[in-house]
Amino acid sequence: MPIEFKTPGAIQQVVSMAQMVAEQVMRPKAAYYDEHEHEIPWEYINMMWPIVSQSPLLGADDSRNGHGEAERKRSPITNVRLIHIVEMLSWGDAGQYLCTPGGNLGAAAIAAVGTPEQKRRFLSRFQGEKPAWGAMAMTEPQAGSDTSAIKTTAVRDGDFWVLNGEKIFCTGGRLALEESNGLVVVWATVDPKAGRAGMKPFVVEAGTPGVTVTKLEPKLGIRASDTASILLQDARIPFDHILGSPEVISDTGGEKGFKGAMKTFDATRPIVAASALGIARATIEYVKHLLNQEGITIRYGAPLHQLSAVELEVMDMEAQHRAAWLLTQKAAWMMDMGLNNNLEASMCKVKAGDAVTRITQKAVEILGPLGYSRAHPVEKWMRDAKINDIFEGTGQINRLIVARRILGYTSRELK
Amino acid sequence: MIAFSPTEEQTLIAETVKRFARERMRSVFREAEESSELPWEVVNKGWQLGLLSAAIPEDYGGLGDAQPTVTGALAAEELGWGDLALALAIMVPGLVALPILYAGTEEQKRTYLPRFSDEGYPKVTAALIEPRFRFDPAALETTAVRQGNEYVLSGRKAYVPLAAGAELFLIYAAEKGQTQAFLVERGAPGLTVGERERLMGVKALDTYELALDGVRVPASARLGGDAGIDINRLLNHSRVALAALAVGLARGAYEYALEYAKNRVAFGEPIAQRQSIAFMLAEMAIEIEGVRLSTWEAAWRLDQGEEATRECVLARQNANAMALMVADRAVQILGGHGYIREYPVELWLRNARGFATFDGLAMI
Repeated sequence: MPIEFKTPGAIQQVVSMAQMVAEQVMRPKAAYYDEHEHEIPWEYINMMWPIVSQSPLLGADDSRNGHGEAERKRSPITNVRLIHIVEMLSWGDAGQYLCTPGGNLGAAAIAAVGTPEQKRRFLSRFQGEKPAWGAMAMTEPQAGSDTSAIKTTAVRDGDFWVLNGEKIFCTGGRLALEESNGLVVVWATVDPKAGRAGMKPFVVEAGTPGVTVTKLEPKLGIRASDTASILLQDARIPFDHILGSPEVISDTGGEKGFKGAMKTFDATRPIVAASALGIARATIEYVKHLLNQEGITIRYGAPLHQLSAVELEVMDMEAQHRAAWLLTQKAAWMMDMGLNNNLEASMCKVKAGDAVTRITQKAVEILGPLGYSRAHPVEKWMRDAKINDIFEGTGQINRLIVARRILGYTSRELK
Repeated sequence: MIAFSPTEEQTLIAETVKRFARERMRSVFREAEESSELPWEVVNKGWQLGLLSAAIPEDYGGLGDAQPTVTGALAAEELGWGDLALALAIMVPGLVALPILYAGTEEQKRTYLPRFSDEGYPKVTAALIEPRFRFDPAALETTAVRQGNEYVLSGRKAYVPLAAGAELFLIYAAEKGQTQAFLVERGAPGLTVGERERLMGVKALDTYELALDGVRVPASARLGGDAGIDINRLLNHSRVALAALAVGLARGAYEYALEYAKNRVAFGEPIAQRQSIAFMLAEMAIEIEGVRLSTWEAAWRLDQGEEATRECVLARQNANAMALMVADRAVQILGGHGYIREYPVELWLRNARGFATFDGLAMI
């Protein structure tokens, strides 16, 4: 396959469907859900559910028959298609996009490390009649980027695990546990002394006694999406809800469970990057539109001494956006090709997080009184954008990963 | 499809150029810079790689690459990694051949193009840049005025590479406000090659001012005949070439700084084990790859025959800034050593600054 930049027709088709949803359902309500934090965008959810549950677009592509590998081989554009859809939906509204029903991060973890039987058992709910959500709970009050510092425990009790601890910043935790028959993949340690080797993912289903959503965080942006605190008090789950091996394998043995979690990031970071870049594109289009109304068009190729500061800023926005989008497409394409994209996934996440932060902040400045006003969408996009430089690995954590990879250093050599 | 893998043929070409850059260019580039002299043996060898000939269709004596601009970008990156002055020298014949290929009449193509597939390095050059800060390729001060069956060219040019030995000049001038190009033979009355210029970097490449004092050329010397040329289209091929060279230069500086940082010990451990250094390197790697892909995309669009001014302009501008940032950080990571001419990074910083100025000085 030579170097090519032509979006395949099959992707264009599904993107124009996403565009209809973005334009007709998401955009008209974007300001409303921003102003009414934590109201659930049911119009969008109910519009998306029949599509998502019929042909899982957003993460749970392995759920049908438990033969994910074979399916992926037949569809060599799965990840490239996915980032195009996510980009378009986030162009519509990033807050509503994050409420997209389906397995999401929870299903991604199950798909990555679950047995075929677990995939069948846990993922079938994402093809049911009613919308259902999956989520992932890793972060704790004292453990953010340093995931190995989590304190939530899982103690074996016969045929059960007993979970105790507090999870925070769980995206979609309320939708998964309170608004649907969903599930949350909760990370807990089976051996607090073992560090990462003791960390295991457990499937916690909606309705499990001892599991409570205790708080929805008030946020800078993406306000339609809930960011939940989850309290686990003697929550008993069946023994076979553990994903991967229950054994604590020493460092030299491979850290299978933890590595499994890290591997899902290789898939999800390009998705977050794509979401960031949907916001960035919306912003650039809006800025150019308003400038056009004032008779200002960007003169590409004009010499520097003729260009205005605004033209230079817009060109830089476009250049950074394009570079980030190509990095993101490459990271997704590598997944589709079955190549290890650990480095590229972090590269695109860094670049997209930086680009969208800068682009949206610059846009507010360029549009001046219009930029800062809530009568225009740009200030909201700036607030929405920032999360992309934080979740699924902060810009700093991803720089650390890139640096380790290019230098050939372990996490001990480069802390 | 969306795909990021060069063909086997392209990979082979890139690897050949890479080996040439490592073995031939890197062994002589510092001495060439210090002595301000081109190592012609290396330039000739670089010419004999046949990169330009590969881009010329078979009808005109070349090999007819299916994706000439993408392949050109891959090769230019490797040459840029080797050394910018030598890379520009190796690419000078393209400054005449490619405009003829993209804008020439059938007769001009048949007359001139076959010589660019010869073993011997063609003694040709092109003159676009003018010595003033308001220089604009779309609004030149050098003029061409039609008088009967002739054009009369007047004005001043700068940054004309290898002009002292050139036998054929492609000279850009404004005719009725539009940029056109004219083929001028050496020795045309009124054409004077001035003093060699003294530049901040790329010192091995000799460039000159050119004075045109009523130079008369036959009407048939106008590139493209009555249709003339679309300067923007030619500039797009220059923009991607410069962007690709910048990616190569930056990659060289990045690789050097990375190795240095892994070996330089301070406070008991390699400086690369400090986040302040490691994060700089990570950002350098990310920016290089982002510009590389933007350059490939712009090149691919040109090969598709698309109007790609926006992509070419953005790729080049981003490449200018990126190359400067990477080279500057390479100097910074080497610290005091980075400032010393016994290390290459100060040279790369000086060369990187040139990309913003080098309009039309490379083409693929």
